[in-house]
Amino acid sequence: MTYSYAFLDEATKRMIRRAILKAVAIPGHQVPFGAREMPLPYGWGTGGIQVTASIIGRSDVLKVIDQGADDTTNAVSIRRFFARTAGVATTTHTAEASIIQTRHRIPERVLQPGQIIVYQVPMPEPLSRLEPRVVESTKLHALADYGLMQVRLYEDIARHGRSASAYNHPVMVNGRYLMSPSPIPAFDNPKMDRMPALQLFGAGREKRIYAVPPYTSVKSLDFEDHPFDPIRAPHPCAICGATDSYLDEIVTDDVGGRMFVCSDTDHCEERAP
Amino acid sequence: MSAPLMQATGLTLNFGRIRALDDVGISIWPGEVVAIVGESGSGKSTLLRVLSGQAQADAGQVLYDGQDVGAMTEAGRRRLLRAEWGFVHQNPRDGLRMAVSAGGNIGERLMAQGNCHYGNIRKSAASWLQKVEIEVDRLDDLPRTFSGGMQQRLQIARTLVTEPRLIFMDEPTGGLDVSVQARLLDLIRALVAELGLAVLIVTHDIAAARLLAHRIVVMRHGRVVEEGLTDRVLDDPQHPYTQLLVTSVLAA
Amino acid sequence: MYVSVKGGEQAISNAHAWLAEARRGDAALPELSVEQVEQQLTLAVDRVMAEGACADRGLAALAVKQSRGDLIEAAFLLRAYRTTLPRFGGSLPLDTGAMRLQRRISATYKDLPGGQLLGPTFDYTHRLLEFSLAAAGEAPPPAPEMEPEEPGPPPRVTALLAQEGLMAAEPEGDDDTPPPDLTRDPLSCPASRALRLQVLARGDEGFLLGLGYSTQRGYGNNHPFVGEVRMGEASVEVVPPELGFAIDIGDITLTECQMVNQFKGSLTEPPQFTRGYGLVFGHNERKAMAMALVDRALRGAELGEDGGAPAQDEEFVLYHCDNVEATGFVEHLKLPHHVDFQSELENVRAMRAAQQ
Repeated sequence: MTYSYAFLDEATKRMIRRAILKAVAIPGHQVPFGAREMPLPYGWGTGGIQVTASIIGRSDVLKVIDQGADDTTNAVSIRRFFARTAGVATTTHTAEASIIQTRHRIPERVLQPGQIIVYQVPMPEPLSRLEPRVVESTKLHALADYGLMQVRLYEDIARHGRSASAYNHPVMVNGRYLMSPSPIPAFDNPKMDRMPALQLFGAGREKRIYAVPPYTSVKSLDFEDHPFDPIRAPHPCAICGATDSYLDEIVTDDVGGRMFVCSDTDHCEERAP
Repeated sequence: MSAPLMQATGLTLNFGRIRALDDVGISIWPGEVVAIVGESGSGKSTLLRVLSGQAQADAGQVLYDGQDVGAMTEAGRRRLLRAEWGFVHQNPRDGLRMAVSAGGNIGERLMAQGNCHYGNIRKSAASWLQKVEIEVDRLDDLPRTFSGGMQQRLQIARTLVTEPRLIFMDEPTGGLDVSVQARLLDLIRALVAELGLAVLIVTHDIAAARLLAHRIVVMRHGRVVEEGLTDRVLDDPQHPYTQLLVTSVLAA
Repeated sequence: MYVSVKGGEQAISNAHAWLAEARRGDAALPELSVEQVEQQLTLAVDRVMAEGACADRGLAALAVKQSRGDLIEAAFLLRAYRTTLPRFGGSLPLDTGAMRLQRRISATYKDLPGGQLLGPTFDYTHRLLEFSLAAAGEAPPPAPEMEPEEPGPPPRVTALLAQEGLMAAEPEGDDDTPPPDLTRDPLSCPASRALRLQVLARGDEGFLLGLGYSTQRGYGNNHPFVGEVRMGEASVEVVPPELGFAIDIGDITLTECQMVNQFKGSLTEPPQFTRGYGLVFGHNERKAMAMALVDRALRGAELGEDGGAPAQDEEFVLYHCDNVEATGFVEHLKLPHHVDFQSELENVRAMRAAQQ
């Protein structure tokens, strides 16, 4: 038997595209959608895969990264899935890709108009740790009642002297909706602000899609006197020497030896001597 | 005299065959403290819930500042509850976030109103801790490390920090030791007078009503049986039930 | 010099090859056929059909074989396959009252019209390992067949109670509104009972069993009696739009449980019995009974009962009973998280530095 183009049947893809259009029209608002079971497990990026499957055309060029790298097993698996089911060209070069599906990172290279970045999202609800009830958190969004989130930030600073959320740091989109940026490091948050590329977010298990249209304001939650201040390991990349990229820490032996290298493998390879 | 801040008329509410509210009317003016007294089951707590929009009456109307509370959307009601109104629960655990520090508890309403200067929020929280007679060095402690009386004072600070126009209090001194009650009542009286707040307080404690209230409303079986200025009602009760209450013949 | 780990593609291929080898086991032994699974591991197949939300014994048996007997993995395979199928429409409501019964028991009456029909049950077996099964042997002789005492399907126990006015009437369904379809639209709360039952019907057997059990141990007790458990074949009928009348497209095996629960009455309702309902593909009484207990617990708010127990908490139960969702999210923790962990590491270092 043969499967449909990009696995999903056409009616499902249309349904997902409608959800995406609605999400783009209401930046940062989570749109429920009828997520399907995919041949990859929940938590492996089923939301991102469904979004990509619904927008990908035969002329698209797809890049898939996990933890910033193209060669991590899950990225390989998803890239292979689309190569097989949609027959599209794939690339590891950020500049060449028309669609970039990502888990946990935004590429270092500035994304361009016309590109689309698709984030895999495990927990789309930024309030879920504070208010696990979906009915209640939906109301809080409807009323833009975000005092609770700010209280969490206050508690972090009172206890730890700084925001304790090093990744998945909540953002305010277009001055209206509180949004989870997905578990990207706080270091990547500023890249979301007024990004020229379209940003789409898919959460399969939680069955939500949300979006940030190009050039939309995305502000990381903070206090006026404790501005958002992401951390980067204070080292240059051991391979390419970059001092402005996000770094992975590589433990090289069992006596405390370690080195720091770019998490974005494509960025590092382009710069490496 | 100016218009009342809140005015309710003809409130009726049945729970099955039980008539919890029977054609109740009540008004409160800005800066006024009104005590609703009566024994358990008289309908006073139900009245407070209806007035604050947390329960819906079968008939009647509640007007706040000219707006019909029953006809408000939930969004409108929640906006009032976090901006212009305050609610002090009998059990402080119902009004506090037990997993959030004292400072975070006090700061929440400020933050909900868009205040996002950490230093200023902290300064307000510290000054409110002082106002409710809690040591400022407890600012970062969790409420569960506080005594019952301190928790209740913290709840009051958390509610009053944004200086709401109307406060609902449901037996705020219930469950506390007598000596702690007296101190809390003194504190409430001082704060209310200083800030000129309007307060609707439900209590079965006639002494508390005498100390705090300008006016008293006496309820029995869901009806208002008597109301008037505090001194008049307590010193010259007209209704036989009020006479019983005042002479403390009834167990509250 | 450090070179980052490459070769993800090769590693994945190798892992898949190893998996295939492990699945096959000792090649000196004959390979298990899908037909053998379907015929001899029937209850595993039934469970996979139910949780995989797809009534196809052959595909479910294939999934059991492919998953090496991991039934949650098998249900997941079936669900993923299901995604690729177009939806032609819904069937008419199944008439479980007209089921051709293999089993029908009631705990509320000693004897009742239609009788107690034990069927193929473990209930009265002694749980002693039968070592004779370890050796291949002859097929057992056919079980004796009994003629039914009365012709036609036996009446429902709940209907007997309803005749006396002791069974609370179910709220009338609205025929004009099609029931929700969990496989097409996301769950949202508060959920209608129809939607709740869909979630429970394909929910994890173990999770529902634990929740149902908790209601018996005081966490939301609802005084249950098994009014009736029935298992058998029901006809599936659809009305193709081009025909405009119902046609029978085949039979499916179902297990249904109607749990009867005491209800003390409220200000508006007299004391009577209420119903918890369970329905599941295949033969699975444990799941049907647990589902009925949880369904009844979830009706607590509607019946004005005190809530607060886990089984009475709609959002908690419905959002956590799907094992395909649950296993995915729990197991995804083994995917790499080193970017997030790195930022945590830097953050902890910064906080420690600030403290000193």
